Amino acid sequence: MMKGETIVFYLLAALTLVSAAMSVGTRRIFRSAVFLLTSLIGIAGLYFWMRFEFAAAVQIVVYAGGIAVLIIFSVFLTQRAGDDMPSPPSLRTIAAAGAALLGMGLVMIQLVNHRFPTPAVAEVDRSVSAIGRRMLATGDDGFALPFEVVSLLLLAAMIGCIVIAMRTKPNQP
Amino acid sequence: MMEPGLYHMLFIGAALFFIGIYGFLTRRNLITILMSFELILNSVCLNFIAFNRYVWTDKMDGLFFTVFIIAIAAAEAAVAIAIIIHLYRSHGSIDVNSAENLKH
Repeated sequence: MMKGETIVFYLLAALTLVSAAMSVGTRRIFRSAVFLLTSLIGIAGLYFWMRFEFAAAVQIVVYAGGIAVLIIFSVFLTQRAGDDMPSPPSLRTIAAAGAALLGMGLVMIQLVNHRFPTPAVAEVDRSVSAIGRRMLATGDDGFALPFEVVSLLLLAAMIGCIVIAMRTKPNQP
Repeated sequence: MMEPGLYHMLFIGAALFFIGIYGFLTRRNLITILMSFELILNSVCLNFIAFNRYVWTDKMDGLFFTVFIIAIAAAEAAVAIAIIIHLYRSHGSIDVNSAENLKH
């Protein structure tokens, strides 16, 4: 008899994988974006299932709330959303599916033959305040430098987006 | 084997990665290529969290890597969509086959 926790895990896994497959398989681009959103929410559910609440919250806020909405907006700006996309040539589909299945098989062979070390008994405190302290710590186990570098990266990306998306004057070359 | 654990999470991560690879290779529309790329990044994040949860439970590095990957993915998606919209304005299409010239 399966426990409730296990049933929830398999439901979340099925939601994630099925909607990811539908997202790369469907020919309507808007459906593809919505299936991507469902898949991202499924991954956030898996983070919740593993009791990484902070990662799940970041996943929902940034991915489901930010990136998926950005993608849906750009679909509306650049495409007629109801149209079918042309289906790829069957040779390309077969080759891509073969490459993906081959890679999946190789990874699975590695995975079932590999034994991971047994976990250490001590479980670290993963509350949000502990995460915040680690994020701003400057010692050997702190993440202050990557934190600052990511803030610079976000600033550079913001300026870059504005520069790229600015409309050039028509008389300029 | 029915009890979900590290191997189940790694299987989901690998399956998501190769679903993303399949989409990356078959699609010819830039937005759908970007969506496949997001799936690939998510599979990597899932693997980091799974290792942090089941193998190195005394550390938090997987969690921090996931948070930084999500931040970088947000920046990357914003820049990519700016480029896609600019390409649509100048070429009238976002099919990768129509974007052969770097300077219009």
